[in-house]
Amino acid sequence: MGMTITEKILAAHANLQEVSAGELVNAKLDLVLANDITGPIAVKEFEKIGLEKVFDKERVVLIPDHFAPAKDIPSAQQCLDIKRFSQKQELTHYYEVGRNGIEHCFLPEQGLVLPGDIIIGADSHTCTYGGLGAFSTGVGSTDLAVGMAMGEIWFRVPETVKIILKGKPKNPWVTGKDYILAVIGKMGVDGAQYKAMEFTGDAISELSMDGRLTMTNMAIEAGAKNGIIEVDNKTIEYVQTRAKRPWKIYKSDYNAVYNDILEIDVTSLQPQVAFPHLPSNTHDVMDSTHIKIDQAVIGSCTNGRMEDLRVAAEIMKDKKVHSEVRVIVIPGTREIYLQAIKEGLVEIFIESGAVVSTPTCGPCLGGYMGVLAKGEKAISTTNRNFVGRMGHPESEVYLASPAVAAASAILGRIAAPEEVL
Amino acid sequence: MTELKTLRGKVWKLGHNVDTDLIIAARYLNRSEGEYLALHCLEDLIPNLPQKVQQGDILVAGKNFGCGSSREHAPLAIKYAGFSCIIAESYARIFYRNAINIGFPVITAPDAAKSIEGDSIAEVDPKTGKINDISQNITYQGEAFPPFMLEILSSGGFVPYIRKKVNGNA
Repeated sequence: MGMTITEKILAAHANLQEVSAGELVNAKLDLVLANDITGPIAVKEFEKIGLEKVFDKERVVLIPDHFAPAKDIPSAQQCLDIKRFSQKQELTHYYEVGRNGIEHCFLPEQGLVLPGDIIIGADSHTCTYGGLGAFSTGVGSTDLAVGMAMGEIWFRVPETVKIILKGKPKNPWVTGKDYILAVIGKMGVDGAQYKAMEFTGDAISELSMDGRLTMTNMAIEAGAKNGIIEVDNKTIEYVQTRAKRPWKIYKSDYNAVYNDILEIDVTSLQPQVAFPHLPSNTHDVMDSTHIKIDQAVIGSCTNGRMEDLRVAAEIMKDKKVHSEVRVIVIPGTREIYLQAIKEGLVEIFIESGAVVSTPTCGPCLGGYMGVLAKGEKAISTTNRNFVGRMGHPESEVYLASPAVAAASAILGRIAAPEEVL
Repeated sequence: MTELKTLRGKVWKLGHNVDTDLIIAARYLNRSEGEYLALHCLEDLIPNLPQKVQQGDILVAGKNFGCGSSREHAPLAIKYAGFSCIIAESYARIFYRNAINIGFPVITAPDAAKSIEGDSIAEVDPKTGKINDISQNITYQGEAFPPFMLEILSSGGFVPYIRKKVNGNA
């Protein structure tokens, strides 16, 4: 019987010839990851297991990014907890503020996650790395603690849903973010529950690596265990200059078994906006232009990469942010931040009236750097618009691409890019 | 290992897609102690819930309970608020694993989750998945846990379970 990419990676890491959906396997881990929110619990749980050392000090990554640089004293303590643990365990991959970035932008950029890997991260958006052809999934702190201790963990092999995106969008502003919002809009927030989402089709081949990582990043918003995209020349080009260890390419067999196949023609797809309070509550941008906004956020593990900043700057260049709007731009990593400075993007943002922050998850989860007051509305390139996600329970978050967020920032209401340019 | 006891309590009924931000908002994630998180459990959905919960109460919810973030703070908040278990039509997978991993029973039972009403009294046998709606006198069969998950639950969570494997029967 044929296998999918996901099944092949799981089989290889479980030392099995073949696995199929529903089977429980124990799989070896190539990398485990935690941050300043989930790390402290993982560290405490790890210490209860009673082992001196983590399974491999080269393969445990700890990154303070959520409430870092620390927003208050308890957050500072949480950052310190993971720093101390990293020192005690002599971890190779602890990255202090100023040398790091938002974990899911940073790890691919640094070549720490590679095609064919199995990665668990105590962060739900760990599914991002499927964009590189890895099996990568979010777990909680206890699973992470056990992963740090044993270097392996149990998985139920997920059924795979094949999602074929075909065609070339006529609207030049349609991006990977619009694709994934459209998919979630069709499938619902539990449409891929416990499953693997395998994205394929000519629209995926055409998509940049930044765009692909945006798509797999949000697989969790359809309830998926992982999102995955087959490695192609773009992936190889992205990975080969960054990788510092061997990696492997897996492809789905022609006779692989899929639980479901969803085909979407993107030719006439318009930029998407997900209304409160679910990422599946999607509308075309032109049906959303009545929504006035108080804040626009451009950044996050979903849309804080170079391509995202470039498109936002293209739209905001020589224009002023609407007088009633705050705009917060957050480059995903130090490298992206520096590149944005070199390309003059940071100047464009600041000239237009935006603030540019150091990399942090900050506002996405209502932490800091842009928390909303009661009744305020934000357009955001982040990934969740749940009740209270970005601040007060009576505030509202509308999810969209960087192009739509930038256009909205200028007009003070949700806007299509072509209304501004 | 401890014998898993039958759980009995008053039902709190919730809807579909109760997300982890609703269960415990990120503004409280600068702390991780269960007792602290419990003070803010589900507060944006049911104000002052922690003061109203009696030890042993049961959450009954719709589809996709616990969707969203990987924060283990969510099942911790529920457990420390005094709830004994959850019955739901379905769970988001990270939440489900997290709950089992901290030794907290989460029963999948679509029929029971749809039918049991708020404020009724229910009984749950985590060993078998059997649910008894005492108020309406109806029994339901929820999904039983596979043996290794039952062992994790009766060990008190994944870490005690692994500790036994690592250290022998410590």
